Amino acid sequence: MGLTDSDINAIWLTIKLAFTVTIILLIIGTPIAIWLAKTKSWLRGPINAIVALPLVLPPTVLGFYLLIAMGPNGPIGQLTEQLGVGLLPFTFWGLVIGSLFYSLPFVVQPIQNAVEAIGQKPLEAAATLHSQPMDTFFHVIVPLAKPGFISAAILGFAHTVGEFGIVLMIGGNIPMETKVVSIQIYDQVEALEYAGAHRLSAIMLGFSFIALLLLYSFQKRGLATKFRIGR
Amino acid sequence: MFSNILSSLESPKMKFNAVLIVKINVFSMLFFLYPLDLSNAFAEIQPASANSYPLTRESQHANIAVASNFIKPMQQLKALFEANTPHTIRVSYSSSGKLFAQIINGAPFDIFLSADQVKPDALIKRGKASAHARFTYAQGTLILWSSKTSLVNNSPDVLYDNKFRKVALANPKFAPYGQAAVDVLNHLVLLEKTKPKWVMGESISQTYQFVATGNADIGFISFSQKPAHGSYWLIPEDFYKPIKQDAVLLKNGEKNTVALAFFQFLKSNEAKNIIQLHHYNVD
Repeated sequence: MGLTDSDINAIWLTIKLAFTVTIILLIIGTPIAIWLAKTKSWLRGPINAIVALPLVLPPTVLGFYLLIAMGPNGPIGQLTEQLGVGLLPFTFWGLVIGSLFYSLPFVVQPIQNAVEAIGQKPLEAAATLHSQPMDTFFHVIVPLAKPGFISAAILGFAHTVGEFGIVLMIGGNIPMETKVVSIQIYDQVEALEYAGAHRLSAIMLGFSFIALLLLYSFQKRGLATKFRIGR
Repeated sequence: MFSNILSSLESPKMKFNAVLIVKINVFSMLFFLYPLDLSNAFAEIQPASANSYPLTRESQHANIAVASNFIKPMQQLKALFEANTPHTIRVSYSSSGKLFAQIINGAPFDIFLSADQVKPDALIKRGKASAHARFTYAQGTLILWSSKTSLVNNSPDVLYDNKFRKVALANPKFAPYGQAAVDVLNHLVLLEKTKPKWVMGESISQTYQFVATGNADIGFISFSQKPAHGSYWLIPEDFYKPIKQDAVLLKNGEKNTVALAFFQFLKSNEAKNIIQLHHYNVD
């Protein structure tokens, strides 16, 4: 397709970033989602709002705050300096942290909705059988909320691939480290290399369509099991 | 309400909600912007109404696309031009590359102040600008700046001593100030040695931002951006190829009296004085 080495590096880096972020988000997003689905605490509203913030905030706001917070005078920057890992902006792990914020609602919300859809009955049934919380999680919640987890993984991955504004602000455009596909396209447009930009843009379009197609076709099949149980 | 956006992906019944919410978002944004718009419009109207000229005619406006390194002088040029004439201008700041892409795709700009000569050339070749209405309005000056006092003691020593973690420069692939920074590093024979420490801004504004927030210890920026604090090295001009910035009158502006007036104004001594005050060279 006439992709340059630089294009391929960018694609590889993007996949690595999206994969890392999705795994971490599934691990930290799941407890948040389950708590949000079940809790009656007054904190439910505020935490829900915080999780949903990246949906409405422009990436420039997140990027700007992250740049300051992770800088030498920011709280995260001072912490990472004391831990001896240096400053995070312009590094792969800096992008991972930015993406964790950016893609959080896309992972938490589908899981939360799926767990809410299970309802109390299966969980109460499990409790009467003296199921431990971890057993309940692996043998009741995970199988019943499986469509939610899969949606979360697809959306988290696809949304991280589509990230641009934050990476632009905290990335510094370093090949193999922070130069992801969206930045590579931006570069090509800026450098008036429109043919290269077209190639990568077409790949992004194809990828995004397929990801969403997977998501919707999967949900169609998943719906029957998901919405009958517990209601 | 916003948690519905994703739940709508889950349930087909709620699919329309997502669209609705996006619409609400756009509307609420417009709502918030509305008062700002008004105040801007009011600010633009004032000098003109002071001269009691009619405001309603379309030709009383010109749209000017300006490279982001030129923000500070442009703000003053706009103020002076609007104070001295009945005209108003609207200015859009962005990187030259983005403005170029917008212009060739039909953006309604009348004048383009580029950060280089390549893009005005390309516009003339494409028939989007006239070859006879083009001149160098400014020549940029490059400095090496740090937001820390006494890190850069008006010399390149900090680069030689390697006492920095990151050095910021605009992307040399398309930003003229970035290309100039590469020239300087070449001249100092430090190109390969510093390369692993480069962080590249998409424009000179972002490069400044990286240094100003302290995430990069030092960076190559335009002299016009330098704030009062920090330390810098004024790089000798023979260390890099001149950063000639050209202005062109676009096809759109050829019959726009305001655009023509501003184009003339840009060549005046008054305008040149302002440009020079911001550490650009003028012919």
